[in-house]
Amino acid sequence: MKIMTEEILLKYKPQKNNLLQILHEIQTEQPHQYLPETELRKVSKYLNISMSSVYGVVSYYTMFSIKPRGKFIVRLCQSPVCDMLGSQLIANKLKELLQIDFNETTSDGLFTLEFSECLGLCANKPSMMINKQAYTGLNVDVIELIINDLRNESKNSDN
Amino acid sequence: MIYVTNPKTVITETRIALKNLGKINPESIDDYIFNGGYQAIAMALEMQPNAIIDEIEKSGLRGRGGAGFPTGSKNRFTSLSCDDCERFVICNADEGEPGTFKDRIIMENDPHLLIEGMLISAYAVGASIGYIYIRGEYDLSISLLQKAIHSAYSRGFLGKKIMKSNFSFDLELKIGAGSYLCGEELTLLESIEGKRGYPRIKPPFPAEKGLFGKPTLINNVETLSHFPAIITNGSEWYSNMGTEKTKGTKIFTLSGNVNNPGFCEVELGISLYSLIYDFGGGIKDGKSFKGALLGGAAGTFVDSSMLDAIMGYDKLKERGATLGSGAIIVFDEDQSVYDLLFSVLRFFQHESCGKCIPCRIGTTQILMLMEKLKNEHNKKDILAEILYESEMMAKTSLCPLGQSPVLPIRSAIMYFENELIKNNQ
Repeated sequence: MKIMTEEILLKYKPQKNNLLQILHEIQTEQPHQYLPETELRKVSKYLNISMSSVYGVVSYYTMFSIKPRGKFIVRLCQSPVCDMLGSQLIANKLKELLQIDFNETTSDGLFTLEFSECLGLCANKPSMMINKQAYTGLNVDVIELIINDLRNESKNSDN
Repeated sequence: MIYVTNPKTVITETRIALKNLGKINPESIDDYIFNGGYQAIAMALEMQPNAIIDEIEKSGLRGRGGAGFPTGSKNRFTSLSCDDCERFVICNADEGEPGTFKDRIIMENDPHLLIEGMLISAYAVGASIGYIYIRGEYDLSISLLQKAIHSAYSRGFLGKKIMKSNFSFDLELKIGAGSYLCGEELTLLESIEGKRGYPRIKPPFPAEKGLFGKPTLINNVETLSHFPAIITNGSEWYSNMGTEKTKGTKIFTLSGNVNNPGFCEVELGISLYSLIYDFGGGIKDGKSFKGALLGGAAGTFVDSSMLDAIMGYDKLKERGATLGSGAIIVFDEDQSVYDLLFSVLRFFQHESCGKCIPCRIGTTQILMLMEKLKNEHNKKDILAEILYESEMMAKTSLCPLGQSPVLPIRSAIMYFENELIKNNQ
């Protein structure tokens, strides 16, 4: 059962310094992992700050989205380290497997592709995160297995 | 002091920030206490706050976030900034420098050590509220710290009248949302206050006017993790380690084309060669070493002539290089320096917040020039223009982000100019 925005707000004092925490919690509870305008209006009202400054914060931070996203958000590291170790090859493989570009969501609503800056998972092969799960030591074969696993997992949970 | 030798390596580690690594369950406060945890704060509470600052100052500890500022002085400034006012202590856990993951390793393995370090720093400067600002991507660290804070409260190490003393301290986790710049201390304050991550103009420094306008002490995770050991063993013990001007140990994170990428905590004064070959097992696939980027994106390139360099803030500075966060990104003979530099500069362009013009326009301008460098013939002139542009940015930008691109650019030209000019990418 998802937690309503109203319930989340009540956990916090109506102070602006709680804004990021509140936004994180609301976004996590949304089925499409984004911040809908309706919810942002509730935040603006509760904290007594203008909608434009709420939007200003949301649009500044890359982890917040105002567009609906997939069930699985794939965040591929494109930092200098992963880039030199071939994250572009992983990016191409992901695009091919999912038939979408970065910053897009598959039509079945399962996957969103995003780039991330350094995830602090540096090794001698590229890394990524899918939702809260970290993956490192990636190559194109592993990517295919990971994506297929998630597809199957999702199919099974629907049945 | 605990010596641990990783079976993969032939270097001797000296672990202070990582002293409990692999020995305790990070979710168990009992494990931490059983291994001597929370004894340093007990000792500290018996001391005068000033005496603690003296010890930190005498230890020679310098900020492990990258800048290497003397930690003791920072403590002193914060404690002297006012007589009887509200103060804050903050832990900067917004680790985002490319190639750096030392703070993550500490938080994932020993979250209570960080809490104890914060307790000591708070007691020393007279703060009763603290925040750990951690990047949103570090999910495991976040949940372990949340758990650790919770159990520290339930055992009376956080909250009112800690260990039956008159010292009270509340600690809260603040979670970032994907911005490299929020690791810059003044920008971090803006973010904790619930705003866009725009840097503030310095001065005033945080020790004077920090969070909510109050004196604030900001320390990196690794720095704070040295506090308990300094209190327990004394400043002399600590200052016997390291080089003349850079005391103690440092965690280095090794990545790129090496056989054994990873992390190790060693006394400062080790050579770059030793880190890459003895710890890192040398270059992968039998290739040869071409160079390394030291300190992350806001760091400096070096080539093989620097393999004998001694790792210490001053020692590296003398030779025009930086220690920074302790990141060592190694690349082999096949890696194009142009590609790596481009990637570094793209990173700065993406992370520039856009508040000040030199950085907003400069980072984009430099990338356009990099494209030109690839496609046009007068490469020497274009390279000079890139350097000039980055020097202008360094002089005119508001915060360290805009001041940083000059470091990798200048050093890439210093060591790899021929390749950058010749290159037909």
